[in-house]
Parts: sequence; structure tokens; C-alpha cells
Amino acid sequence: MSALTKNNFILKISEITKTVPIDEVGVEERVARLNSRSIKKESKVQALKLALSMIDLTTLEGMDTPGKVIQLCQKAKEPHAALPDLPTVAAVCVYPNMVPVAKKALRGTNINVASVATAFPSGMSTLDAKLEETQQVVEDGADEVDMVISRGEFLKGNYSYVYDEIVAVKEACGDAHLKVILETGELQTYENVRKASDLAMHAGADFIKTSTGKVKPAATQPVTLVMLEAIRDYFYDTGRMVGMKPAGGIRKAKQAIQYLVLVKETLGTDWLTPEYFRFGASSLTNDLLMQIVKQQTGVYQGVEYFSND
Amino acid sequence: MSDRIEVLKTYKTYAGGNFPRTESGRYYKVYDGNDNILANACQCSRKDLRDAVVAARNAQKGWNGRSAYNRGQILYRIAEMLETRKAQFIEELETIGYKTKKAKAEVEASIDRLIYYAGWSDKYQQVFGTINPVSSSHFNFSMPEPMGVVNVWAPEERPLLGLVSVMAPVIVGGNTCVILASEKYPLSAISFAEVLNSSDVPGGVVNILTGFRDELLEHMTTHKDVNAFFYTDPNIVQEQRKQIDENATLNLKRVRRKPVEDWESEEAQSPYYITDFQETKTTWHPVGL
Repeated sequence: MSALTKNNFILKISEITKTVPIDEVGVEERVARLNSRSIKKESKVQALKLALSMIDLTTLEGMDTPGKVIQLCQKAKEPHAALPDLPTVAAVCVYPNMVPVAKKALRGTNINVASVATAFPSGMSTLDAKLEETQQVVEDGADEVDMVISRGEFLKGNYSYVYDEIVAVKEACGDAHLKVILETGELQTYENVRKASDLAMHAGADFIKTSTGKVKPAATQPVTLVMLEAIRDYFYDTGRMVGMKPAGGIRKAKQAIQYLVLVKETLGTDWLTPEYFRFGASSLTNDLLMQIVKQQTGVYQGVEYFSND
Repeated sequence: MSDRIEVLKTYKTYAGGNFPRTESGRYYKVYDGNDNILANACQCSRKDLRDAVVAARNAQKGWNGRSAYNRGQILYRIAEMLETRKAQFIEELETIGYKTKKAKAEVEASIDRLIYYAGWSDKYQQVFGTINPVSSSHFNFSMPEPMGVVNVWAPEERPLLGLVSVMAPVIVGGNTCVILASEKYPLSAISFAEVLNSSDVPGGVVNILTGFRDELLEHMTTHKDVNAFFYTDPNIVQEQRKQIDENATLNLKRVRRKPVEDWESEEAQSPYYITDFQETKTTWHPVGL
């Protein structure tokens, strides 16, 4: 209940999760229309740099090693040695056991360490284990926690379970920011995405995030638009700004700019900062860098000239 | 019966195994031998080039990963497909002013050229690879390996034979390519793309654009994800040669210029066209004493 009283109003679960009808064709058409916008050179350069500063540079592989994480942190601090004036990325996102490594590698910078938690990516574990994991990563120094919701319980209709779980994890986070992964690829419909977004925000999420990156489809623009509209409506209701993080499958600079257009048109410029919008990605970084260098030199770039991470 | 309205073919480009129109929406007129308009060809932009290079890069690893024997089979298959469509190509060449006999000779020479390079596919590595004598206990050998993505200016004057002669040696060695077709006679090149598309050539291995050489030269030669530039123009102006050479230094692109007088002659085909787009890799393999 704490999250609810904090916002000074009380809603029943059934009110939070009431079905908001989504016009599927309308959402997809709006995305298509916004994608056809032409962004001219100067704005493009600015958008590319902004997108770079919004990246949660991510490595979530079973084969991750401290060496790999240190390398990634180096990339986070200095995306491209030839362009020292570039912004750094917003955060580095790793598995729980890599948090101390990332924390140490990023000491003295303002780059956050984000950790996935709560039995990522499936979330199939007991609540106690999830809370313990969350406390551990926060203790190890994670500034941000990316949790997954229990999709099985959600699809069963057990919304109060999902709600209580998010509230409990939020409490366990303390000062760390909580991002709630809905795993939209498993939620079947846009109505469910909307419902899960509302649930997560009311339960206290600082960010809502589309996907783990382990399930296809991962982030799509229509899903993101649905979530952005949920954030907008929640803001109108409560006055609290919740962040958005599409993750998985965003590899090209062009896609990134299209996402920024969606945010600008749905939520406005207030959300166009790393504080309220993030990309969960890794290979996107190099494509952004390649486009930035292309804009500066006029020469199309090859991936061989950028550090491989 | 009323007169039938003829269905004219839209000549598009060929990139990544698809036939997209130019993203620029620009076209230029192509004339026949008597200054009558034949068709509109795509006037490709730098963005079409960029997309074609991406397609070529994505296809390169898989193409090189095929066995040499299989690449030979596919080249042979292109020749077979071209053989069955001989009449169409002869007719197409006639519309731009070729006499029937000369058109037939050009198409047949093109088919033969494909067969020629198909044959070299699993042999050039054996001929040009070496075992080197060294004074340590190593087995030391050198092998030619493909450079990667090659940008090609097809010859201006021989729209089919010229194109085939510059394409075949590049791809038989495991490279992929982006070819800018003859500016004046681009139509055969796009019809040839239809042949490629039905010959088991994986999408992206050959990409064919049409448009203006002057416009595309800068990006064809500067692009840093391209490993070599191949052109044949005998009459290229000095300034453009300088531009090509200077731009190539950006990422140490290999530049090959092969002016050929007679594309039907022996000088227009040789295994050295293959090795022009190969890098030598030398391996030191320890052996017991």
C-alpha cells in the first residue's frame, strides 16, 4: 500500500487494471506516420548525441566475464576515442554478480550501474529469493534495478500478486531507481501491455521497460507508443513522471531517432532526457557513433573502425 | 479485337536480392540507337549506394563461407540461365543499336566468360597459393583470401559483356560487390539482375545500381566499409583518377583500373582478375623436428 499512499490517492487493483481499449490499427498507423518524418542535418546530429547519452549499455549473457564488463565500462566512459567531446552513456546494465566489477570500473564517473534482478529473465522464482537478490545488488552499489514482472501470474489474472511483488521490490530497492520490465513479447495484446504499464506505475515503478531482450519480439515502436500513452495518462492523473525504456532489437541510429520522435510527440520535451528515457542496447552505440562521424566527415563509416563490444 | 496496349518493364535497381526503386525518386532517360526514349532508369543517390553496401557486407561472410566448388556451381548456373534467355538479351542489345550478329556474339561471349570463371573457382587458390621454404621448424604457406566488398564501375561501352567480365572475377573469389552499371546503356544490367536473381546467387552478393558516375564517384570511393574499387574506363579524366586514388587512401582501399580494348578478346579474362581482389594470408604452422 505504501506506493499508493505516497501519491495521496487510493485506488483498488480492479480500478488500476481496468481494460483501456487500444485501437491496434490506429497505434500502428500513428507510429508509421511519425516514422515518415524527415529529420534534417543539424537536428539529426543533436538527436544522435542525445540518443547516445540515453543508452543503457547492456551485456546480459551467460558468458559474461569481469573482463567483458570492464571493457564495456570503458566503452561507456569513452564511446569513441577519436571524438572526445561526445556525451557518455547513461548507465551500464549487467547481471547481479557483475555489479561490483562495473561499480569499480565506473568509479569517478556519473555513469550509473544498473543491474537486472528478480530472477531475470524469466522471473520464475520465489518472492523471498527475488527480494534478497534485489537487496544484494543495491548493497553492491547498483544505482538502478531492472526487475521483471511475473508474466505467468499476470496472464492468469492474478494482478494483485504482480502489484504486491513490484511494491515489495521497490521497497527493497531503497534509493535505487526501479525499472519494471513488462516483457511485452509475452503479453499477447496491447490491452495487456497497457494494463501491465498501469499496474507497474501505480506500484511505484520509476521506469517501465519493454523487454528483457531474451524474448522475441522485443521492443517495438507500437508497444512503446502504448506504454508512452500510459505514462502520459498516469502523469495527468497523479503528476508523477515515469520514465520509459525500450530494450532489445534497437540496433540502428535511424530507429533510435524514430523512438525519440515518439517520445517528443507523446510526452513532450520534458521526457527527452536520460533521466526519463533510456535505450536498452549495445550494438546501437556503434551505429550512433558511425552516424555521428558520418555527419561530421561526410564519409560513410565501416564498423571495423569502431571498438567491438 | 482492339489494339493491345504494350506492357513496358519498369527498370529498377538490384540490391540485397530485391529490386527496389531508388529512394531518391529520381530517374533519367535512356535512349536507343536513334535517340528515341527507351525507358526511365533509376538515378541512384548516395543513400542507395549506402544500402547496397550494407547488403553486400551482410552477404559477404556467407558467400565466402560457401565451398569454392559451390561458388563455381552458382556461376555456372548464372551462365545456364543466361543461355536460356539469350534471345531477350540479343533483342535488348539490338534496341540500342547493335547489329544482330554483334549482339549474339556479345551475349555468347558473356555466357562463356561466366563458364570460364566458374572453372577457376576451385583452382585459383591451388595455383596462386604457395608453400614457402623457411628456415625454422614451421610449415609455412600463403593463400589468397577475398578482400570483402568491392565497388565496381562497369565498363561504359559493352553493357552486358563488360558487366559480366568485371563481376565474375570479383565474386568468384568470395567477394561481394556493388556495381554501377553503364550510364548510357543501363538496361541490360538490370535485366541481367533478373538472371542473377534466378540463379541461386544469394541476395546481396551482387548489387547493381544505375545512375550518374560523377555523382556517385565520391561516395563509392570514400566509403570506409568498402575494401576495393574496380574500374576500367580507358578515357577517364586525370582529375577523376586523382580523386579515386586520394579517396581510396582513407581506408587503404585497393584500386584497380583495367582498361580493356576488346572485351571479347583473351586479354579481358584471366585468373589475375581474380587475384586482383584477393589478399594473401600467410600461416606459420609449427611442425615437429
